[in-house]
This record gives sequence, C-alpha cells and structure tokens, in this order.
Amino acid sequence: MSGATKRRWRDVPLAAAMLGPSLVVLIAFVLYPLGRAVWLGQQRCNVQATKCRSVGWGQYTDVLRSNEFQSAVWVTLKFALITVPVGLALGIGLAVLADKHMRHIGFFRTVFSSTVATSVAVASLMWLFLLQPSVGVLANIGWLNDIFPVIKEPGLLNDKGTALSSVAISSIWANLGFTFIVITAGLQSIPRELQESAFVDGAGGWRRFTNVTLPLLGPTLLFTTVVLTSRAFQAYGEIDLLTNGGPVPQQSTTTVTYLIYGSSSIIKNNEGLKAAVAVLLFVILLGLSALQFRGLGKRVHYGS
Amino acid sequence: MASIRLVGVSKHFGDVKAVDNVSLDIADREFMILLGPSGCGKSTLLRTIAGLEDPTGGEVFIGDRMVNEVLPKDRDVAMVFQSYALYPHKSVRANIEFPLKVRGVDKAERADAASQAAEVLGLTPYLDRKPGALSGGQRQRVALARAIVRRPAVFCMDEPLSNLDAKLRAETRAEIVALHHRLEATFVYVTHDQVEAMTMGTRIAVMRDGVIEQVGSPQEVYDRPASVFVAQFIGTPPMNIFPAGAIEPGDHLVGGRPEDTVISDDHATSHDRGVAATVVLVEHLGHEAQVVCAVDDHTRAIVRMNPSDDLPRNGDTVRLNVPEEARHRFDAVSGARID
Repeated sequence: MSGATKRRWRDVPLAAAMLGPSLVVLIAFVLYPLGRAVWLGQQRCNVQATKCRSVGWGQYTDVLRSNEFQSAVWVTLKFALITVPVGLALGIGLAVLADKHMRHIGFFRTVFSSTVATSVAVASLMWLFLLQPSVGVLANIGWLNDIFPVIKEPGLLNDKGTALSSVAISSIWANLGFTFIVITAGLQSIPRELQESAFVDGAGGWRRFTNVTLPLLGPTLLFTTVVLTSRAFQAYGEIDLLTNGGPVPQQSTTTVTYLIYGSSSIIKNNEGLKAAVAVLLFVILLGLSALQFRGLGKRVHYGS
Repeated sequence: MASIRLVGVSKHFGDVKAVDNVSLDIADREFMILLGPSGCGKSTLLRTIAGLEDPTGGEVFIGDRMVNEVLPKDRDVAMVFQSYALYPHKSVRANIEFPLKVRGVDKAERADAASQAAEVLGLTPYLDRKPGALSGGQRQRVALARAIVRRPAVFCMDEPLSNLDAKLRAETRAEIVALHHRLEATFVYVTHDQVEAMTMGTRIAVMRDGVIEQVGSPQEVYDRPASVFVAQFIGTPPMNIFPAGAIEPGDHLVGGRPEDTVISDDHATSHDRGVAATVVLVEHLGHEAQVVCAVDDHTRAIVRMNPSDDLPRNGDTVRLNVPEEARHRFDAVSGARID
C-alpha cells in the first residue's frame, strides 16, 4: 500500500464517526420507509393490514392503468396548474407592492406574510365557513352564478365544477405568506443602482419590472415554483377539511395524496395499493422537479 | 447647451441635512468635481442633479430649464455608478443598447451606436459576453459605453473608479478625461480621491457636512485653500497647520505645505527661528523622505526632504518654519482663510 492510501485508510474511523449520526437518521427515517413502501406496493393486505402477501410488481402497472389513479393525477395537475401560477403572480404582485420605502410599510408586510403563521387546519376552517352554503359570505354569490351557469349545487364547495377551484383558492391564500416572504427577500437582494440606472436611462415602471426585476428574481422564482408545485402535489389538509375528496360521486377533488390517505378514498382499506400510489407520486414529483430545474434552470441567471 | 445651476439646493433626510443650501454654477462642457470625505453630501447632490433625489428646497436648472419636477429620463442626463450597475443577465451589447431600446430607437441604428460606443472604449471583442465574464476595468468601461451611447448633455459620475485597483484607476482616469474632450458634454464627477480631483477636473467643489467649502480650479484650491479643512483635504501629505503664535505673532493659525516647511537644527541662529518640534518618524519613499514631527500633543507636521540631504533622526529636537511667502493664515475659530 502506498503512503497516500494508508493515510486515507487511517481517516476512515473518524469519517465514519462523523457521518454516522446523520446516516442513522437518514436510514431510519428516509431510506428504510422508502424501501418498505416500494416493497409494500406489490403486496395485497387484509383490512387490518395484519396479513400481507406478494401479488407481484404488476400491481404498479395495474394502479397506473386504473381510472381512479389517472383521474387523481389529472385532478392534482389541475390543482397545481391553478395554485402555482396564480400563487406566484399574487406573491410577486404583493412583494413588489410592499417593496417601497414608505411609512408603516412594515404593517403591510406583516399582514401579507401572516398566512405563513396560519396552519392548514385553521386556514381551511376559515375558508370552510366563508364557503359554507348556510352561513358563508362567499357561498352563493349571485353574479358568480350568472357568469358560470354550470353552478347548480348550493355552495361552491359542493358543486363539481367549482369545488376544486375553491379548494385551490384557500390553498393559494394559505401559501401566499410564504411566497411573499421569499420573493420579498429576492427583491431586496437586487441592487438599487440597477433600478436607478434603468430609471435614468428612461425605463418606465413596467419596463424596469420586466427588464430588471423579473430576470434578477429568476433564482427566487425557480425555487418558489418548485416548492409550490411540490406543495400542490402534496396538498392534503385543505382537501380533507373542505371537500373530503368530493363532491361525490365525481370525486372532483380527489388528488393523488387524497387517494392515498383520505378517509373516504376508494382504496382506504388497501395498504398495498396505497403504498403503490405513494411510490408513483414520489416518481412523478422527482421527474417534475428535474424537469423544472432543467427547463427553467437554464434560463435563470444567478448573478455575476 | 447644458450648463447646470443649483440655487439654494437642500436635501434633508429626516433631521439629517445631507445637502444644506448649496448654490453652484457649472458651465457648459465643464468637468466639475464634487470632492469631499464620505458622508459630506456629494453623492446626494449629484443624485439631485440626475433626478434620483427630489430636493427638499431650492432649484435645479439644466440649461435654462428648471428641472425640479422633471423625470431623470427627460433631463438628458446619463449616470455612471460606482457599482457599474450593469444588467448581469444581458450581454455587453444589450447593456449598451438598453438606453436606446427604451427610447424606441430602431434596431439597426441601435446596433450602430452600440458598436461605435464599444469601439471608443475598446470593448468590441467583448460585445457578446455577459458582464460576469469581464474584469472590473472592462465592466466600468461597459458602464461608460452605456452612458455615452445616447449622447446626453450631462454626465453624472458617482465615484466610478473607486472599485478599480491603482494602476487601472490611473489608466481609466485618463480615458475619462479623453472622453470629456471628445464628447463636449458637461461632466459632474463625484470622488473622495483628491488625486482624481486634481488631475481630472476643470474645477473642484470641495464639500463638507452638506455645504460647499470652496469652488475653484485645482491649482487655486491647492494654492489658496479657503479653509483649514480644504487645506488639509487637498495635498498629500496634508498641509501642516501650526497653532496660533507658534510661527508668527497673532491669534491666527499658520499653515504651510510639507514641501514649503523647512527644518533646521535646534542650534540655528536665524532671526526667525520658528517652532520647536521633536522628530517622531522618518519615512523613506525613494524619491523623497518625509519627516514627521510632533510640535505639541495635538499637532503633527510633515516635512518633505530630499533623501540625499542630511536627514534628522527619531527623537531629535528640531525647529520648523514656513517662509513668509508660503504661509497660509486661517482664523483660529472658524478655520476660514484670512487675507
């Protein structure tokens, strides 16, 4: 053995001691459960999940082909397509609005970021009251019914056409605080001289926004998009509290997470199927994040 | 025609008077330097001219037009920032073209103007790079190119060289002076560096605590400083200021430039022997030696000497004097020049 190799081997115990703790945590809470879920995905269990037996990896393809799974993926996709762009746009709008040197702007910043301190349960209950047909102020808005004649059931949450959008609104609201804070931080890292230089050169507000603010917010927006997308794909609390995956029988708010976990999910008594869906959701999210980083990442500028 | 006239301009931030009742006339095509230590209000004054700050009081004229209410873009002013303020996501060409693009200049004309500006500043090989791939000096030249591309009447420059190393600073200094000759525009240039002020400006306005202490040509400001502050701010090493009565009778201060201050040994028997001092440090700079002397607990004086002369040693007691014709006299209370 050469001297260098020997020296490297001498470092092994120390390296192992340093890596050990995090390795244990990683294995116990991430790798083992992940492996267990993948394994469980090819089993069929009894109702109590006390006895499971292998039914083969074909269970994954069965799930993929099933109407229930495909419908859940479609609902989830719609949910993400509403919450991510709208949430992002509102977050940027509020952050730009509050990024002014004005008296008492701190008050507005606090208000705008307050939803970050609101739990999903509280936020959902609040929206449930607002949308409740009997008491909610937003439940039956006349002009809304005029614009969308498809609304037949009383209460936006009970109509199959509006239920998903209504849940999305509550989700957007609940995530707005986070988006606002992250984008505000991004805005504050843009040097003031860049805006001033553009201002002296004759760029108006909109042009400064599109030519300076937005491009320099690139990394922040990429990060926020990835986080919001993965949150949309994992949204559960608001769906469980507001619609229970319904309205029945269309299941128009049964997202993939609700299919896995929901109390009125069609597969709620089958641990094997639930695990299979969960693993597929993991694969979908992994692919989606990779796509976002690759597709958007190329167009993002990380400063000089 | 782009003379600039400031009439009683003030800018207050809360209780802080960043600029306090400043009046200044800058002639067309002049290279005016605003010089002073940090926090003296020179940048704020420049930003007021550019339109980035609204004055709290007073009037700003560019040409014959009062521009207090005029947006920066309509003042025919370009600004160069200390941090260069280049758009990091745009190529050098796009950076230079940006002011024209904003003004709706068509594509071909824009490309022409940008190529020309790049040519003037030697940036042609870098047009397709991003600013991140350029050195500090090149970035500064891109900022200059972006400023000259739309041929404004007034250039406002806020310490444009202070992020460059000494060698580049000297080179770019000469380039900016050449640019001034070439463009025939009015330059207002903020710096805290007296070498830049002395070498570049046609006139210097020395500022302190929001007010202008003196305006004059570099030589005037050097030869006849209006106050102790100006005398000590301009010139390296700064002017020696002797306490009242030390050099000549009277209750005024006497100043002498280090090159005008003469040193003699304690036993000299001249009629006017000056003030006693102790040598604390002798610095050899090669072409000259600087002898630092302590006159009393609060007063230091520096004497420039020829290194081949018979130099005193640390701890020597010497006498310092300033020849009558080289003396500057200042009021002991206000610090203002007398005579």
